[in-house]
Amino acid sequence: MGNIPQDHYEPKPNSTASWIEDRLPIGGLISHLMNFPTPKNLNWAYVFGGILVLFLVIQIITGIVLAMHYQVGDEAAFRSVEYIMRDVNGGWLLRYAHANGASFFFIAVYAHIFRGLYYGSYKAPRELLWIIGVLIYVVMMATAFMGYVLPWGQMSFWGAKVITSLFGAIPVVGDSLAIWLWGGPAVGEATLNRMFSLHYLLPFIIAGLTVLHIWALHHVGNTNPTGVEIRKDSIENVKKDTVPFTPFIAVKDLYAIVVFLIAFAFFVFFAPNFLGHPDNYIEANPLVTPAHIVPEWYFLPFYAILRAITDDLWIMMILPFDAKLGGVLAMFGAIAILAFVPWLDTSRVRSTDYRPIYRWWFLILVIDFFVLMWVGAKPAEGIYPTISLLGTIYWFAHFLIVLPVVGLIERPKPRPATVEEAFNAKHGIGGDSGTAKTDGKADEPAMQPAE
Amino acid sequence: MAHTHGTTDGEEPDRRDILFLATGAVGAVGVAASVWPLIDQMNPSAAERALSSISVDVSGVEVGQQITVTFLKSPVFIRRLTEAEITAANETPLSDLKDQSAQTAAGGADASLENRLADPSRDFLVMNGVCTHLGCVPVGEAGDFGGWFCPCHGSHYDTAGRIRKGPAPTNLPIPRVTFTDEDTIRLG
Repeated sequence: MGNIPQDHYEPKPNSTASWIEDRLPIGGLISHLMNFPTPKNLNWAYVFGGILVLFLVIQIITGIVLAMHYQVGDEAAFRSVEYIMRDVNGGWLLRYAHANGASFFFIAVYAHIFRGLYYGSYKAPRELLWIIGVLIYVVMMATAFMGYVLPWGQMSFWGAKVITSLFGAIPVVGDSLAIWLWGGPAVGEATLNRMFSLHYLLPFIIAGLTVLHIWALHHVGNTNPTGVEIRKDSIENVKKDTVPFTPFIAVKDLYAIVVFLIAFAFFVFFAPNFLGHPDNYIEANPLVTPAHIVPEWYFLPFYAILRAITDDLWIMMILPFDAKLGGVLAMFGAIAILAFVPWLDTSRVRSTDYRPIYRWWFLILVIDFFVLMWVGAKPAEGIYPTISLLGTIYWFAHFLIVLPVVGLIERPKPRPATVEEAFNAKHGIGGDSGTAKTDGKADEPAMQPAE
Repeated sequence: MAHTHGTTDGEEPDRRDILFLATGAVGAVGVAASVWPLIDQMNPSAAERALSSISVDVSGVEVGQQITVTFLKSPVFIRRLTEAEITAANETPLSDLKDQSAQTAAGGADASLENRLADPSRDFLVMNGVCTHLGCVPVGEAGDFGGWFCPCHGSHYDTAGRIRKGPAPTNLPIPRVTFTDEDTIRLG
């Protein structure tokens, strides 16, 4: 399956396992997954992939059971959500878990994305792994958006209206496209119906993409905080640089999952509506827009970018289209640009730990992300549009200017030759062969590599 | 398929290449033909399209008052402009406007107040109450120009519903509107 040498699964001859393995090599697949050689120096930033898989499962399961009670329809949708909250046994728990589950899914995905950006997880040979990840993120956003429409409250309705109207900005075909999306002259029951259908479909698309994502990961192997590839030339060297996924990484991931679930449970039980908007408990009214409509927190950075583009910017005066299309292009561009990061980054060094200049720019990017998130929730007046604009400029400048330029001018710090060397240095394991056997296996004594 | 029997550049295409292309073409047409119904089903259904026109009794609307009616699932503002609002709209030079088209169903005319009124001899302004930016409903008697203000992304419209400031690209559109009698407006 992968290009990392790994012990092969050999069922006992003439056993049931062997009979099955001859017909369907599933034992080999399970063994490959469980024993997958994982860099032994992974830190806590690497736990979010496991958390994301868990949250995909949580969202699918709670979603399927909610769909047993939810009714789609102009009149029925809002009522059936209240029915779930009040009358369905444990319905409030399922719905709050699903709604907050979406938020925690996004917390994990943002942590996962920024971890990837920091440790250069997108660099060769992991470009496709990264791009599949960006696709998953885009489908996640579509799924979350459609799910938010289903309760058919005021925020649902007006969120749907604003986001589908984005497509109306596309020249020539925009108006027909918006009507095609709505299934009517405006957002209505037809729109709600199709969003429910797609909201049920897309999580399985995500699951499929996740399989591709993990497949690509298992082919090229994990990155690690040093950014140095594990040695793949022999199974002995692989064993010096890695530990088997189970139990070592699995237990660590489980610990992180428990901590993450505690925070999740706190929100579900004690602050279930903290991340939501009270306006969504008012039934959809096509005649009244809420005074202050904002998307869910996880869309805010990109919503701020959408609003940052106005006609009075000099760039909009030279471009052949108006600010409406400009904002839409900026918003989608801000997400799409992530897919090009593997080619925008000119540095030979993966890990930002060894990039003394870039690390500061990375910090600014993270701050910029949170500033955009904050300003996206503010009304579009006063100082806020200016802050949105500055944040937007930095977002694009980071990827289009900083990432290519810093890679060329920066002098990276010396990297360790191998993962083993970095691991031993960190844990004070020297030439003494006795202390090198940290995982209790018959490893060769740790040695300083030649280079 | 062509490559399986060694056709290389420069060789004459043979019967198999033509069969391959023909099969592919027929297949592509078949796929396109079967995908079309799957796409077209998302367009408005016959029931949605059947809604074409409504009549509105406007006898109760006083000067300076606005009523909102639902037409094609969207709000339509029917407002009787005050003297001050008419003056403000007429005093605005057309060159100050971001969108200089009247945005009426008929199209073509410039964005003067006269061209946007339901009937140039009366004070009724009838417009789609849908912000041309991203579809929110603007709030009346608000904004920097005393007309409408869209709370979503800060678009300001003047007293004739013309975009003056903010991200919206065009003036609030005027639907097809006629007075069937003194007190009744027909939309559509």
